[in-house]
Amino acid sequence: MTVAVRPRPRLRLRARRAVGTHWYAWTMVAPVVLVIGVIIGFPLVRGLYLSLTDANEANVQRDIGVNHIPATYKFTGLDNYKAVLSDGVFWDRLGWTVAWTVACVAVTFLLGLTLANMLNRKLRGRTFYRLALILPWAIPAFISVFTWRMLYNEKNGILNQLLAGGGIDAIPWLNDPTWAKLSVIAVNVWLGVPFMLVTLLGGLQSIPGELYEAAEMDGAGAWQRFRHITVPGLRAVSSTVILLSTIWTFNMFPVIFLLTRGGPGDATEILVTYAYRLSFVDSPRNFSESATWGVLILVLLSAVAAVYRRALRKQGEVW
Amino acid sequence: MSTKTEPTETEPGKTVPGEPLTSGPVRVRKRGQRHWLASAGLHLGLAVAAVIAVFPPLWLLVTSFKPKTDAFSTSLVTHPTLANYTHVLADTQFLTWFGNSVVIVGLTTVLGVFIAATTGYAVSRFRFPGMRPLMWLLLLTQMFPVAVLIVPLYNLMATLGLLNQPAGLVITYLTIAVPFCAWMMKGFFDTIPVDIDEAGRVDGLNPFGIFWRLVLPLARPGLAVTGFYTFVTAWAEVAYASAFMTGEENLTLAGGLQTFVNQYTNDWGSMTAAAVIIAVPAALVFAFAQRHLVSGLTAGTTKG
Repeated sequence: MTVAVRPRPRLRLRARRAVGTHWYAWTMVAPVVLVIGVIIGFPLVRGLYLSLTDANEANVQRDIGVNHIPATYKFTGLDNYKAVLSDGVFWDRLGWTVAWTVACVAVTFLLGLTLANMLNRKLRGRTFYRLALILPWAIPAFISVFTWRMLYNEKNGILNQLLAGGGIDAIPWLNDPTWAKLSVIAVNVWLGVPFMLVTLLGGLQSIPGELYEAAEMDGAGAWQRFRHITVPGLRAVSSTVILLSTIWTFNMFPVIFLLTRGGPGDATEILVTYAYRLSFVDSPRNFSESATWGVLILVLLSAVAAVYRRALRKQGEVW
Repeated sequence: MSTKTEPTETEPGKTVPGEPLTSGPVRVRKRGQRHWLASAGLHLGLAVAAVIAVFPPLWLLVTSFKPKTDAFSTSLVTHPTLANYTHVLADTQFLTWFGNSVVIVGLTTVLGVFIAATTGYAVSRFRFPGMRPLMWLLLLTQMFPVAVLIVPLYNLMATLGLLNQPAGLVITYLTIAVPFCAWMMKGFFDTIPVDIDEAGRVDGLNPFGIFWRLVLPLARPGLAVTGFYTFVTAWAEVAYASAFMTGEENLTLAGGLQTFVNQYTNDWGSMTAAAVIIAVPAALVFAFAQRHLVSGLTAGTTKG
């Protein structure tokens, strides 16, 4: 490198050359950067700012008839964060959100893995099984959630009618805090298994069959083959889907919102639905506190993703 | 699950120790065989899972043909009727909502697939400054909770005059669907040999020509998968749709459906009929894309 001798012209040259060689790459990614910048960047910065103020329904700018009322909320620093973090509600909701995420992701992943392994072999009716198992994905989630609400209906839902047929008392699926928690997890697992199944099935199919043959030749049993060929072979796929589904589940708004509205009480309210409730359902709408919750969610998820990525790096995954 | 190694499988190797080559083919054929109990267990497990997966949508379909008063009976259809469907189609704003959804979702899908493809291609083929941050940005957008964005975005849309406008929702949905799709498309383009690009360059095509005329047609399965994903995401979105669209005639299907069953009314009959009509287009798109789904998602998630 002879950069030290004549740095300036080189720099300019390099810049010009960079534009020359990279302009089409930049053009191709420009729409995404633009859309994400405007739609996520701006609201994010604004959300950050709102979380540092005391904005609520009563003091933001608004128009009542022809009167324009300017915003009167003021900057309050970290007061919101102090208030939220010292309040038990946040920690309660966080505890349930973590439990919900872990339960959903673990059960969904294990079920998906089991079913993918069952499907990944010669089997009569394989196509039928595959189509049936993927069906929950083909139907819009809000439809499925409405359907489940119908099945769960305490007085008339088919689940309780079937139980009654067996002489078992009606179960308050969505009206008892504990049952409601189990019910929302069940629905989310039902919705999430197809995605896991499809990705893991693809991962299984990319493992060369010769490996299994060779292992069997060497006398490896079914469990050993699974442990030493299937599991390492699926590591790349599963690390990605686990991270993605953790993020998606943590922020799973529609299932909880449409199934229970966070109730009974706030038993099934996760962080996202609670933040939504603060700014769209409760009265008066509390924009600043809602934004504070949102920022905290973002910080938590970023931390999880960073830790997860570091753990993967240690195992030698380039990702 | 448990495909127990049958004792017979090890026999060829034992009985004919001097002939490893001929024992190979025998083993391969035997490997596919299972004890009948294992087969039965396999079918039982899959059948139970399939029933659980299929039952709710099936029950929805069955219920939609029942008269309103029987919506909650456990029996199968005793008096099949189309009353729910005719009521939904004739007496409610359902068709308007359906039209709104088709416009919004259609635009989102076409634009989303195109943008995801160009981004995926750029990230797959070129090493350019800003590429790594961009990849991270795409992943990060998956983490932004609806809750932190929805209020400022609502204000932004209000300022731009995009509330109750299809364009507002289209732009919003793009930010939800495109990042994941771009990752998937990158995985797809990675599997297409770079030689093809080289050949195009030799023949005098510019990068856009190579992308549009050579690589894109080869990535059709990937386009199908991203198209499916974008469609399903937009078709099923609830939070933004409920917040941004108000007034009966502006609602999308997700918002409209909520008007049938809420704290004031309990019209499960209409709800089921509407739900079936909403599910049909999604199922059709799905049937079209499912052949490519397995290979597509794998390429997208492993080749990150």
